[in-house]
Amino acid sequence: MQPITEKYLKEKGLRIHFIQSKKYKTVNIVAKLKAPLEKETVTKRALLPYILKQGTKNYPSRKDLQLKLDDLYGAVLAVNGGKKGENHLISLRLEIANPKFIPEAQTIIKDGIELFSEILFHPNVRGNAFDEKVFEREKDTLKQKIHAVKDDKMQYANTRLIDEMCKDEPYGLHVHGYEEELARMTSIELYEYYKTRLTEDQLDIYVLGDFNEDEVLTQLKSSFNWEGTGSNVQVSSKQEQSNESHEVIEKDNIGQAKLHIGYRTNVRYKDDDYAALQVFNGLFGGFPSSKLFINVREKNSLAYYASSRMESHKGLLFVFSGIAPSDFEKARDIIREQMTAMKQGDFTDKELNETKDLIINQLLETMDHSQGLIELLYQQVIGEKELAPDDLIAAIKNVTKDQVVQVAQKIKEDTVYLLTSEGGQGNE
Amino acid sequence: MNKQTYDYIHETVYAEKFDNGLTVFLLPKPEMAKTYGIFSTDYGSIDQTFVPIGETEQITVPEGIAHFLEHKLFEKEDHDVFSDFGKQGASANAFTSFTKTAYLFSATSNIEKNVETLINFVQDPYFSEESVEKEKGIIGQEIKMYDDQPDWQSFMGTIKAMFKNHPVNIDIAGTVESISKITKDDLYTCYNTFYHPENMTLFIAGNFDPERMMEQIKMNQEQKKFEKMRTLKRDFPEEPKEVAMRENKITMAVSIPKCTVGIKESSSPLNNEEFLKKDLLQNMLLDHYFAKGGDFYQDLYQENLIDDSFYFETTLDKNFGYSLIGSNTTKPDVFAKRVKEMLLSTNNITLTESEFERMKKKKTGQLLRAMNSLEFIANKYIHYDTLGINLFDIVPTIGSLSVDEANKFLKQWIEEDRLAVCQISAE
Repeated sequence: MQPITEKYLKEKGLRIHFIQSKKYKTVNIVAKLKAPLEKETVTKRALLPYILKQGTKNYPSRKDLQLKLDDLYGAVLAVNGGKKGENHLISLRLEIANPKFIPEAQTIIKDGIELFSEILFHPNVRGNAFDEKVFEREKDTLKQKIHAVKDDKMQYANTRLIDEMCKDEPYGLHVHGYEEELARMTSIELYEYYKTRLTEDQLDIYVLGDFNEDEVLTQLKSSFNWEGTGSNVQVSSKQEQSNESHEVIEKDNIGQAKLHIGYRTNVRYKDDDYAALQVFNGLFGGFPSSKLFINVREKNSLAYYASSRMESHKGLLFVFSGIAPSDFEKARDIIREQMTAMKQGDFTDKELNETKDLIINQLLETMDHSQGLIELLYQQVIGEKELAPDDLIAAIKNVTKDQVVQVAQKIKEDTVYLLTSEGGQGNE
Repeated sequence: MNKQTYDYIHETVYAEKFDNGLTVFLLPKPEMAKTYGIFSTDYGSIDQTFVPIGETEQITVPEGIAHFLEHKLFEKEDHDVFSDFGKQGASANAFTSFTKTAYLFSATSNIEKNVETLINFVQDPYFSEESVEKEKGIIGQEIKMYDDQPDWQSFMGTIKAMFKNHPVNIDIAGTVESISKITKDDLYTCYNTFYHPENMTLFIAGNFDPERMMEQIKMNQEQKKFEKMRTLKRDFPEEPKEVAMRENKITMAVSIPKCTVGIKESSSPLNNEEFLKKDLLQNMLLDHYFAKGGDFYQDLYQENLIDDSFYFETTLDKNFGYSLIGSNTTKPDVFAKRVKEMLLSTNNITLTESEFERMKKKKTGQLLRAMNSLEFIANKYIHYDTLGINLFDIVPTIGSLSVDEANKFLKQWIEEDRLAVCQISAE
């Protein structure tokens, strides 16, 4: 196995991260633009990725851009928006075949970096605005995306849970933005906003693969005309604390009910007990061997899925389960019993060690995956804490049973959300 | 043990076929932390009618049984295999497709133990009346989950519109009704027939020593006894060339309608090379026209007929093949009409040399990228091996394709009576 070494360089305000690896047949170039999550800007930031990937100054149509990507041996361009904790991120990723496998394609990395910088710094602009036609068309795309959330019931239930749970916190903002905001937005405004991002967002660049660092660095310095300072990046996280859990029940035309529960962990990535929280989650609901899966699904045949997932930067934990509508109370009570069991330390040393192995296995597997590795490394930027993957693994190995129980004590149930069938709860 | 090195792509495959019939492939990749193992049987939801091993009469089993069997193999008399893997630091999974059932794990430690567990649990079934009954509840929930998923309904709705008799038109998980009929004995019948080593392939890719690994697998197999396997006889009904229904309209709760156009691909018998070329051309042509920036994609996009959910896919297997083009759309009728017109227009299009060269470049890069994944390599290697094709020959085959071959294929690709439409909309 190849060890992972991240080389960090700061050049002209650019935060460059190089990771050498022979695992891949491609080279990945990723840019991350980070800003605080805010009601006023979230819809703009949701729309930007759609517009950026439609074309650039020199490749003004999606077709021109695509033909260029195809010429670069089917390079893949992805531009996405997302939230991590109370930050909004715009990510650009270009993945190119490594020319060492294609003798006749020696310049594609250089050409790829040029194209990448063009997408970021020279979008398709007419006068002071994004191309009006593209702008209007992409507004429609985003609008449909906002509507379609309702059709994926698992995603919808999760969105509704977070709505209820984080009503007055930035984390409650929808990552796809809001229809009313979208309707009001003009192309001039959006371009104005984008220009400010190119100086105010924090920009991190990752290059991963088997590549020549000197060449890539020279290339990045010459084609990235970044003047940013990344000044506007402080996030002040506000935590709502209610002492009592509340319950929300909604109905929809579905056969299988979704029971999702949200908790406050009061532990974040930068905290010392973050590793203990990871182990907690593994024992509680992160794996098929976890308490939730075994007790909700296997022992009681109540659900097709039952698992938990942690949010590392805001300090949240979610339980997801799909159940028969009539089993709501029973499933909720069994989930609560599992949480109580965790708080009481009702797990063996053997289970603890097996869970640590599973988490470490998962981390190592993530590190084999190009996008996974970059995401993992970027956690440190978001979490504002240096914690190399190998150190995180070591921390997980050292977690004790007491630490898991202590971290469990900090976790508070916040909201129980049920999306159930229209016939009521007892129609099965 | 046969060792084959593919220099252009820096990969080496070790292969062996054991006396009991089992085929094993090993692909060492010491740079990776992970090892991925997949144990796959050439048995999927379409294998419903067959002559069971040791018998002479053909039988037909309930719909959804291959998938049911997949679930049940994880459960043993006194323990659950998921937790065995869990204890060994591995994550395990399984899937059932139209043509395959596969069991897999990935792990970064205890590799030998995990390989042993994978082989042993698949080769040691335990089915009881009681556990079969319990499973019906769990799979019933899974089926209901699929029933609520518009994307899955849209996919199966299109398949059902295309195929009249071929069992690809059956839901992989079956129905609540069909699985209620499954018995313990049915499971053993299917198991003994289709899980015979002769019908199975084991592929291990990742961080291990190939000589030791092969030796370990060999020793494991030598300890086990299997009946002798004659040719496995499966039966598929005659399938007409044209689609079963030109249009399939489904009503369910969706906020934006969904529309999919299906191309029922011709499934006339081909030799291996012809098959691979058809497989590639289907793929490259759909991509050329419908990928972002493609002419047809661009038109659909300009006409506001598609959104981000737009997708296309294509599959070619031994006795069936299909391509799908679908999207969420506020105007499903117009979408269907336009996509059909576009497809039919391809009979009169001639690709230029430079267009086709670009298509080849793109496909080559796509394959290289996909091969970053051990899962992709292992799964696709098995898929193509079952069809008599070597995965690592595909890149050179792309290089050898000529624009004339592409144009010849294009002339006869689309016929109106092989197109079907599936629409999903709210009441």
